[in-house]
Amino acid sequence: MRRTTGLWLIVGFFGYCLLPWYMVGDGFLSFSWLSEFGAGDTAPAAFLATAQGRPWLAPAGLSLLATIPIVLANGASTRRAWALIAIAGTGLVMTMLQGFMIQHFPDFPFIAPFLSGAAQMQPGFGAGAAVTLIALLFMITTGVAYLGKGRADAFVVGLIGLIVALVGVFVFFPLSQVLVRAFELPDGSYALTEFVPRFFSSDIWSLKCLVGSGSCGPAVNSVLLATMTGTGTTLLGLAFALVFTRTFFPAKRLLRVLTVIPIITPPFVIGLALILLFGRSGAVTELVADLFGAEKTRWIYGFWGIYLAQMLSFTPIAFLVLIGVVEGVSPSMEEASQTLNADRWQTFRDVSLPLMRPGLANSFLLGFIESLADFGNPLVLGGNYNVLSTEIYFAIVGAVADPAKAAILAIALLSLTLGAFAIQRRWVGGKSYTTVTGKADSGQHADLSPAVKAACYGTALPWAVFTAIVYGMIIFGSFVKLWGYDNSFTLDHYIRAFSVDFTNGIRWTGVAWDSYFTTLSISTIAAPLTALVGLSTAYLLVRQNFAGKNAFEFGTMLSFAIPGTVIGVSYIMAFNVPPIELTGTGIILIIVFVFRNMPVGVRGGIAAMSQIDRSLDEASITLGANSFTTVRRVIAPLLGPAMLAALTYSFVRAITSVSAVIFLVSAQHNMATSFIVGRVENGEFGLAIAYSTVLIITMLSAILLLQLAIGRRRLRRRDRLQSPAPVRSRLPSLLPAGRTK
Amino acid sequence: MNASEKAGSIRFENVIKNYGQVTAVKDLSLDLEPGKLITLLGPSGCGKTTTLRLIAGLEMASAGSIFVGGKDVTNLTATYRNVSMVFQSYALFPHMSVFENVSYGLKVSAVPSAETRERAQDALAMVGLAGFGERLPSELSGGQQQRVAVARAIVLEPEVLLLDEPLSNLDAKLRRSVREDIRAIQQKLGITVVYVTHDQEEAMAVSDQIIVMRNAGIEQIGSPRDLYLQPVSAFIADFIGDANVVDCDISDVKDGIAEIQFGSASYRIAIEGEIPTQSRLVIRPETIRLSSYSESCRISGEVGYAAYLGNQVQYTIHTELTDLFVIDNRMDGYFPIGSRVSLDLDDSRLCLVEV
Ligand SMILES: Nc1ncnc2c1ncn2[C@@H]1O[C@H](COP(=O)(O)OP(=O)(O)OP(=O)(O)O)[C@@H](O)[C@H]1O
Ligand SMILES: [Mg+2]
Repeated sequence: MRRTTGLWLIVGFFGYCLLPWYMVGDGFLSFSWLSEFGAGDTAPAAFLATAQGRPWLAPAGLSLLATIPIVLANGASTRRAWALIAIAGTGLVMTMLQGFMIQHFPDFPFIAPFLSGAAQMQPGFGAGAAVTLIALLFMITTGVAYLGKGRADAFVVGLIGLIVALVGVFVFFPLSQVLVRAFELPDGSYALTEFVPRFFSSDIWSLKCLVGSGSCGPAVNSVLLATMTGTGTTLLGLAFALVFTRTFFPAKRLLRVLTVIPIITPPFVIGLALILLFGRSGAVTELVADLFGAEKTRWIYGFWGIYLAQMLSFTPIAFLVLIGVVEGVSPSMEEASQTLNADRWQTFRDVSLPLMRPGLANSFLLGFIESLADFGNPLVLGGNYNVLSTEIYFAIVGAVADPAKAAILAIALLSLTLGAFAIQRRWVGGKSYTTVTGKADSGQHADLSPAVKAACYGTALPWAVFTAIVYGMIIFGSFVKLWGYDNSFTLDHYIRAFSVDFTNGIRWTGVAWDSYFTTLSISTIAAPLTALVGLSTAYLLVRQNFAGKNAFEFGTMLSFAIPGTVIGVSYIMAFNVPPIELTGTGIILIIVFVFRNMPVGVRGGIAAMSQIDRSLDEASITLGANSFTTVRRVIAPLLGPAMLAALTYSFVRAITSVSAVIFLVSAQHNMATSFIVGRVENGEFGLAIAYSTVLIITMLSAILLLQLAIGRRRLRRRDRLQSPAPVRSRLPSLLPAGRTK
Repeated sequence: MNASEKAGSIRFENVIKNYGQVTAVKDLSLDLEPGKLITLLGPSGCGKTTTLRLIAGLEMASAGSIFVGGKDVTNLTATYRNVSMVFQSYALFPHMSVFENVSYGLKVSAVPSAETRERAQDALAMVGLAGFGERLPSELSGGQQQRVAVARAIVLEPEVLLLDEPLSNLDAKLRRSVREDIRAIQQKLGITVVYVTHDQEEAMAVSDQIIVMRNAGIEQIGSPRDLYLQPVSAFIADFIGDANVVDCDISDVKDGIAEIQFGSASYRIAIEGEIPTQSRLVIRPETIRLSSYSESCRISGEVGYAAYLGNQVQYTIHTELTDLFVIDNRMDGYFPIGSRVSLDLDDSRLCLVEV
């Protein structure tokens, strides 16, 4: 008891007495607060509470003081544990409460007198507050561990407490803010009754386009598009999967590559390439106009453009899901069918296809959800076709900012994706016929019947060629002066974006450097944090038993079902004002990446950790190592591949993500994707596409570097050992691994 | 090392362990002396592993208290209990060499590296694996891996060493020699060892004390001899060695002697204390003497089945009351199937158990 609690007590006092309690204007790391230590708003809480007359900051310090006797007492008893929980808990709750109360209810009768005249707004929590609150949190969890909960393991209980607190603050709290805002009236008051009519208003759900009299509401548009995309990607994905697994098609590796590239492509880049092909001055448009004298239209800006872009973006995901499904159909079933004198087509129709049905449904739902959540393509190609994700954005950044409308649209979008996820888990998740049994299943998959084979080749190959052309466009377009008008070769775009001046030392003169460096540094910080949080959560889920584990799992996986736009909106609604005021900082970008991408780390970690025998950790623990040492020395070294996958994935996602980020960037911390979207809106396609190319190359090199750094080292000496089995979730299988379960 | 002073006693006071609805251990109380080898024996799912894990601290008791070496460890996590465990799967860290495995516990306890080296080498030598330190676990045979697991556990000089079915992955021959090694190490170090096994022969062979568990509770605790000669229940009688457990009538009880009727014969059995009102008679198969049928015998029967096993012959005899399983290891005669035989029971080797 003494060691752990003593440590946190010291940390707590450090935060309370030495670090600035509030956010520091020019950033904590500027250390300007040191030069004027103890003065004004940059003072530590100990000064604020005493010298500056802000008694509402006292409870945290008092509870730290009150725990001293417990920490110093010898031995642990249940009574002391309870006392510790009560005291630290009071300090934590009081401190959180004062933050929210002063911000939102300064006139609340019970607190107004305490605030005396000082009800002026406080700045948001800063380093001091964060450190103090975390120390209090860990004092509570240590107390809980001493009650014998969580195997009496302070590390485990602390980790649970930390993750619950983080998910609470950074997932549930922002979502709750969206809900609250949805009830807000234009005059700033709140009403329950207004919500229902506004939520179901025809502005959102209008079906007019179906009866041919005007345009539909964005919700209906989103659902239509998502249904089409889900169906299309599933069919194409199936064709690819069949070609890949059931034929002797020679260029399979190439197919694999085509499926990986979209994952490292920022979402709107495909839209951009499509504009270069099919836009008013696009290559194909020009060609068709020349050959047939067809009129140049703007058809690409609208439903068909978005649809095409989404098909290109999400078919690889369907392919990756369906490879597993197709491979999962037991060959012996097909052989059985053939021995019963069914021909190849009958076998396919009556045996293979029905067995794949749950997998197909799964793939459809994934495509559906991806399409709903997609923001980049509709933003670039949308035209007059309004979908929910972009409408939310325009409700926030448009000429008339309307947060209430954004909140309601966000709730509509969230209900749709959560609904689809619920269906996926309930209806498809448990019904897989293709589970791998422990029994070795040898045998040959049936060949495809000629008709099916022709159909597969006929769709998959042209599509693959088309995808290749689209990607070729991205590279090609970046070297062309002015697309469609002046097709001469140029390096101008690259120079404008990435020029460097060496005359007086190095000066990064290109316009893109700023956002490029921000993106790299933020992604580099976010990736290991994401992997850490994700794998820690996986560790708790796989290795520990505790009350409320199901709720814990739901909470940690929830952010996966939330479209990025909704997250973005919820973050600006929640973190724009004290006590947690983060907008405009780089921290909020890091946080949004960590909590959006964490579920994939969790899934990967669960898969990997389930393959490591639990008795390995138990052996380590009985040998006198604590859980932390066990994680560090036994589990982490065996998790190499999963760690690599989680790192790579979160790094890539942080670089390519645009939907959530676009709400949260600031002049100081601009990210590459939002910078590029800005160029596109200005019509600077060349620059945009040159920058996208550089991003893709950056990610590819980063992936290779990570593979080299982590992958090789692990394999050097250990490659001979049989257990644990290597984890299958390398990069290509990341997405389905994350999304299917 | 003078470890016998380090050996820890183990005490359970009304310990309960629930997993949700399942009660894996119910209201268990026991008190084990230090320095003994104690086996936990019982059918699958009776709670042996759970009991072991409760001692190790890998599971926390839902209720009750646990003491190791006289110290209350109920709420102490496994890390801080002075207890080591050998796992059924050995649980050797696949990414560490044999030497790294064995020295792991010392290293995480911040023992100086010179001492760590020496003690790890000693432990490896003790299990006969000196010179294997640089290998990876995957480069060892099953038996060698098992020894590494033992070395890794004893190097810490724990108060209590726990072994969960340590021999179940080995073949029959190896099992015999390894179990003798374990017994020898236990004797040498003088530590308390709790040993889980399915195999009653293994338990009989190595234990000072056997705890037979059944349905999440203790059925009987005693030395191998006690359990064999004085089983408290038909379950024990049947579980420890072979036994014919048959119905009988108690006609009279006085002066510690019960007179019972088995068929037309009557026997006098010494008893301790009360005898259960409803009792059954335990007849060990090797205590039955067979001879050629004679009119004067008390019980007679017909050979239903005979199996010649070299050092013994096993018979199933149909008698008028019931079928009896008989082991004849005197080997002075052979009774073919269908022949009539007389059966002689030795009063002093009969006992009564609760129904
Ligand atoms: N983690 C758990 N969750 C739920 N039930 C469990 C858990 N571990 C054990 N049990 C249950 O507790 C009971 C006792 O299990 P335990 O592992 O102690 O049996 P055992 O005597 O070791 O059996 P075996 O000889 O087969 O190893 C069983 O009914 C088992 O199903
Ligand atoms: Mg067991």
